[in-house]
Amino acid sequence: MKLVLKNVNILNPYQNVDEKNVNVLIEDGKFKNIGKLTDAEFKDAKVYELNGKYIVPGFFDMHVHLREPGREDEETVVTGCNSAANGGFTGIACMPNTDPAIDSAEVVTLIKKQSANHLVDVYPIGAATVGRKGEVISPMAELKDAGVVGFSDDGIAIKTASILKRSLEYAKMFDLPIIEHCEDESLAGGAMNESINSTLLGLPPIPSVAEDLIVMRDILMAECTDAKVHIAHISSKKSVEMVRDAKKKGIKVTAEVAPHHFTLTDDAVKTYDTNVKMNPPLRTKADVEEIIAGLKDGTIDCIASDHAPHSIEEKEMEFEYAPNGIIGLETQIGLAFTELYHKKVLSLESMIEKLSINPRKILNIPVPEIKKGATVNLTILDVDAVWTVDKKKFLSKSLNTPFDKRLLTGKSVGVINKGMMFIDGSFTKI
Amino acid sequence: MSLSSRHLLGLKDVPKEDIQLILDTATTFREILERPIKKVPTLQGKTVVNLFYESSTRTRISFELAEKRLSADSINFAVSGSSVGKGETLKDTVRNIEAMKVDMIVVRHAAAGVPLMLTKISNSNIINAGDGIHEHPTQGLLDMYSIRERLGKIEGLKVCIVGDVAHSRVALSNIYGLKTMGAKVSVCGPSTMIPKYLNELGIDVINNIDEAIQENDVLNVLRIQLERKAREYFPSIREYSKYFGIDKERLEKNDKDILILHPGPINRGVEISSEVADGNSQIILQQVTNGVAIRMAVLYLLGTLN
Repeated sequence: MKLVLKNVNILNPYQNVDEKNVNVLIEDGKFKNIGKLTDAEFKDAKVYELNGKYIVPGFFDMHVHLREPGREDEETVVTGCNSAANGGFTGIACMPNTDPAIDSAEVVTLIKKQSANHLVDVYPIGAATVGRKGEVISPMAELKDAGVVGFSDDGIAIKTASILKRSLEYAKMFDLPIIEHCEDESLAGGAMNESINSTLLGLPPIPSVAEDLIVMRDILMAECTDAKVHIAHISSKKSVEMVRDAKKKGIKVTAEVAPHHFTLTDDAVKTYDTNVKMNPPLRTKADVEEIIAGLKDGTIDCIASDHAPHSIEEKEMEFEYAPNGIIGLETQIGLAFTELYHKKVLSLESMIEKLSINPRKILNIPVPEIKKGATVNLTILDVDAVWTVDKKKFLSKSLNTPFDKRLLTGKSVGVINKGMMFIDGSFTKI
Repeated sequence: MSLSSRHLLGLKDVPKEDIQLILDTATTFREILERPIKKVPTLQGKTVVNLFYESSTRTRISFELAEKRLSADSINFAVSGSSVGKGETLKDTVRNIEAMKVDMIVVRHAAAGVPLMLTKISNSNIINAGDGIHEHPTQGLLDMYSIRERLGKIEGLKVCIVGDVAHSRVALSNIYGLKTMGAKVSVCGPSTMIPKYLNELGIDVINNIDEAIQENDVLNVLRIQLERKAREYFPSIREYSKYFGIDKERLEKNDKDILILHPGPINRGVEISSEVADGNSQIILQQVTNGVAIRMAVLYLLGTLN
């Protein structure tokens, strides 16, 4: 099938491409021509008039919780992928805290199989240790052969320094990162960030030093092993500062931040809304400011949603008893562009780096190119679209978001990948 | 005069006039409690559910008695024997109770924020009887009532809350209420039991009990919850009572009188010695009597709001 994207701006900092007002001809899932198209090329093509919207290398979310296998009532591989496509992503990495955990080739194969025919590429992250128990390192070589792109015990940090050290040394053979959920176990277990708000709300606190301690440990261990550590969902000021210093020293550490951690503070907990309960918890204004600084100066490499679906009955609970996490795939682009691009924290190029290029680089996944002959993997982006979040329109199976009814600027209009297109709410083969 | 809110969730943001009104109304009910016939028909036909998700003897009895004295129909719903054990959610439980056409719900729960949650799923008046380590407003009110009864005023007094402030629902309600009424509030306890950011509320933190005795007009001595997690926050009971326990010797070093409150139940010999507890002009037992009057006042004022 022939497809023309008419009047688009192409921006891909990875290839140094920045073209304004061109037409793009796509045939059989490949870029056939870019630039001025002839009448013959337009003939029989399905034409999308895009009026100066951007096409960029497909966005990638490196921190997603699909609930398959184990909690298919909350999200399956397919519904998670639908949600990703609707949010503007052509690729996601899914975390291993499923049931059973992604600690065997069989589970990796299952997830790969479930996503094989979907537009969205799914790259599983393997458990760093068997059953995420922190006792024995997982069969990393076998997992890598089955298709994982990194290792993590996400939900918790790798339990002991000795297992962390072994995991890093072993994963280094494959040049894959260890992705760490940084939280000291003995300081964990609270319901919100420790601040004046936790005192006033009477909620058990989680001090930010719980995160900082493990970030410090992991940086030291990355230095010691010369292996790659990726800090998941960084949330505290001190942690950002430590990552910044570590990068200056050349230590192989990277970091991601979730949109809620640069959008909200723990003031949002005052309503006891369980949709603002997540781990790491929302922190203070000072933490948000440091995160913004870290995004700006490159300390924080990428933005990832930590998409964590939970059923209605699980979240409609006493705050202290409700599970952690919110869904994020379908609000991430809007929040990131509203809070970072339109508030002039990041340039459009930097936005694309943090939402598309850097996460793939961290996981050694090829970055899509926009050039003649290349396979099409792109997001159509309307940076100025003003829209209101309506969770009823989400394609995720779960609804646990604190951002319903929020006014955002910037959204994905559609995505193309693997010879498929998602636009106007439906998938078509192209 | 009537209250500005139809619920009592905590003492945060409760205006001075409301507290004043509750205390004054309680004075009337306190007098009724001294009569041979202690019952008034004020809440006849109203149904109050005491929804207790956490074991409590004195608060529940105090509320139940207050409801009965006001002629309300009261029903006790305690965790054991209810559907909670069968995995029913709080929301379903409350909706079921609501479907039986009740007017007021008195709730005690181990998790903070539950009374607020109830206001969103129920049309009843909600009274917080203690939520997690958040608030226990009727305790705060009865403590203020007891102070006012003894010392004739609250404004201008120096009141220190002693003990495990971090794990106490009584502390925060006292802090809010007393500050609103114009008292100067401080806290005293081992630093592991004082929340890190409490000073942001304009509260002085004292780590020396003798200093606290010297500088205050009232001490509100919290119960050390030996059965709870709080036990991990100090080295030993012996050390706690030696450095923070209130005993006769400590009090005698001070030349002026000091009023000592305790929300009960007392750990004798831990936070307060028997001598002090019993010799304290019966104030601690008066607090219990005042508790019934305060709860009658709250039930009456909320139950008769339009």
